[in-house]
Amino acid sequence: MTDRPAISVTGLTKRFGGRAVVDDFDMEVPAGAIYGFLGPNGSGKTTTIRMMCGLLTPDGGEGQCLGFDIRCESLKIKERVGYMTQKFSLYTDLTIRENLDFMARMYGLKNRRAVVDDTLRELGLFERGNQLAGTLSGGWKQRLALAACLQHKPQLLLLDEPTAGVDPKARRDFWDEIRRLSHKGVTVLVSTHYMDEAIQCDHITYIAYGKKLISAPATEIPARIGLVTWRVDGPDLTTLEAELMAQPGVEQVARFGAALHVSGTDKAALDKVVAAHKAKGTHHWQEKPAELEEAFIYLMATAVDNFAGDQA
Amino acid sequence: MSIFSVSRFLAVMVKEFIQMKRDRVTFVMMIGIPIMQLVMFGFAINTDPHDLPTMIEMNDASPTSRAVLAGMEVSAYFKFVGVVTGQADGDRALRDGRANFIVVIPPDFERDILRGEAPSVLITADASDPTAVSSAVGALQGIIDVALRQTLTGPLQAVAGSPAPFGVVVHKQFNPEGETATNIVPGLLAVILSMTMVMITAVAIVRESERGTMESLIATPVRPLEVMMGKILPYVFVGYTQTIVFLIAAQALFAVPFTGSRLAFFVGFNLYIVVNLALGFLISTAARTQMQAMQISFFLLLPTILLSGFMFPFAGMPNWAQTIGTAIPATHFLRLTRKVMLKGGEMADITGDLTAIGIIMAVIVVLSLLRYRQTLD
Repeated sequence: MTDRPAISVTGLTKRFGGRAVVDDFDMEVPAGAIYGFLGPNGSGKTTTIRMMCGLLTPDGGEGQCLGFDIRCESLKIKERVGYMTQKFSLYTDLTIRENLDFMARMYGLKNRRAVVDDTLRELGLFERGNQLAGTLSGGWKQRLALAACLQHKPQLLLLDEPTAGVDPKARRDFWDEIRRLSHKGVTVLVSTHYMDEAIQCDHITYIAYGKKLISAPATEIPARIGLVTWRVDGPDLTTLEAELMAQPGVEQVARFGAALHVSGTDKAALDKVVAAHKAKGTHHWQEKPAELEEAFIYLMATAVDNFAGDQA
Repeated sequence: MSIFSVSRFLAVMVKEFIQMKRDRVTFVMMIGIPIMQLVMFGFAINTDPHDLPTMIEMNDASPTSRAVLAGMEVSAYFKFVGVVTGQADGDRALRDGRANFIVVIPPDFERDILRGEAPSVLITADASDPTAVSSAVGALQGIIDVALRQTLTGPLQAVAGSPAPFGVVVHKQFNPEGETATNIVPGLLAVILSMTMVMITAVAIVRESERGTMESLIATPVRPLEVMMGKILPYVFVGYTQTIVFLIAAQALFAVPFTGSRLAFFVGFNLYIVVNLALGFLISTAARTQMQAMQISFFLLLPTILLSGFMFPFAGMPNWAQTIGTAIPATHFLRLTRKVMLKGGEMADITGDLTAIGIIMAVIVVLSLLRYRQTLD
């Protein structure tokens, strides 16, 4: 692999009906990395991914993907990229084998039959090759979709929420596969909502309302935001939650299972609140390092919704 | 990096064939539509209807009256289904649809004729369906006049020769059989092909975007022309099948002649199929859902039926309608089939029609390739 980043874009902008769905977005994905792309629903993740592989034309900004211009060399990009869509987008009325064969033809693969046979065997679907793709369960559909976009040995994988609606075991297997591919030198850009998946990425970019909020290695993100977090457990958390939210220095109270995570960026102010509550002795307080999930809830809560702003 | 990859074109085409095979309902429709339309237009729809239910109010049971009625029944336009006893009874029969016509023979009908008093036979027609009764009404005066003349023979001839109380207008003189089928069937091929080809292609392509498969498809390095040709060619074969089914049925059911050049027909219908498929492709670039694709197809079907000369004579339309009609491929193919099937047309006779279809096709293909998006914008 060269030192050239697999993807680098600057000032990327896309508008739909006058709204900037992606606004002045910069990103650099190092070759060979697993790059996580996070953000709430409708934040512009899919739009950004589509622009990178030439499915959408940006309204502004420029960039390259695998050394090709995203505006005018999209055919060359498409030949080298595997794109797995958010929604299953293979043909449900074609069999598994026919789908794989179709994709193999689209990329003009040599020894098509052998390639498809290998894919089927690797998937463990060799015996079920003649089953209609539409009859597969969610987890299998996802594996088939991944296999279909890997047949032409892409240098870059774009995965748009690949594990949405898939059970935990299948998600684990999926991520094992992603790491194997990354190890072989394939660059992976993956969008997700799941924190346990985000943590497995080398690098994370968080996007909300079309704007990039933060971009850093996964482990550094909580520290960068500077969030101090306390874990509280005990009785009647709902009342406590409302009480805490009203206090200065408490910027976020989030429920995690049977506990509350109370966070703020102003350590002194937060400590004062905690000390006051500790004195009551009703709840058990414990300081903890802030984690990704709190960090992202914080980011989302503080992000300015430029869509809502439009309507006001 | 080739401009056109045969592999990718084949991939799209093979896929399209498989999907067509799996979609049983559409497949049955493709064969069923031509047969159903042929039977409907050929047998059921008749702009010159016969055997219309008629009732009589008979106030003069004379030979002359019976002759008038017999003459009407022989004409085959009227079918006597019963008698009415008076005006109220007759009105009721018309209103509830038991009769399209009420014939009232006045009292002393024969006597008044002999006296030269020119009595009137009153015929009340249900004009709520003008098409149904107009031909019969048009033929009526002639029928009665002839009937009277045949009855009033011998010593009564003098009366018959006097100025008749009815004007004689014989509409059907040059087309005694009035075969609608012979005229309508060749034109029907144009309408059927247009309807099914445009709709099927439009829907087949929009289905890709509606099901989300378009995203995978255009994420591959496929070119617009490969998609367009791969999508269109399978349906050319469908068009062939439809035409063969149609021609066999037309021959077997209606004995419609095929007098002209088969080569000329073959060339013409190939061109016509392709132009319709290209039109379907163009629609698919505008429609967002399969439902919209259907709606646009039906919207375009209307001028194809009404302004192409299929339903109404082209020459009888105003200039603006003729201009629209000229831009419709069916107009030219319809002329082509009528020439070839009914009038013994040869290649030389149809070059004008072929050129017209060719020009329309070039415009549509260019438009659809311009509109086809390689992106999801």
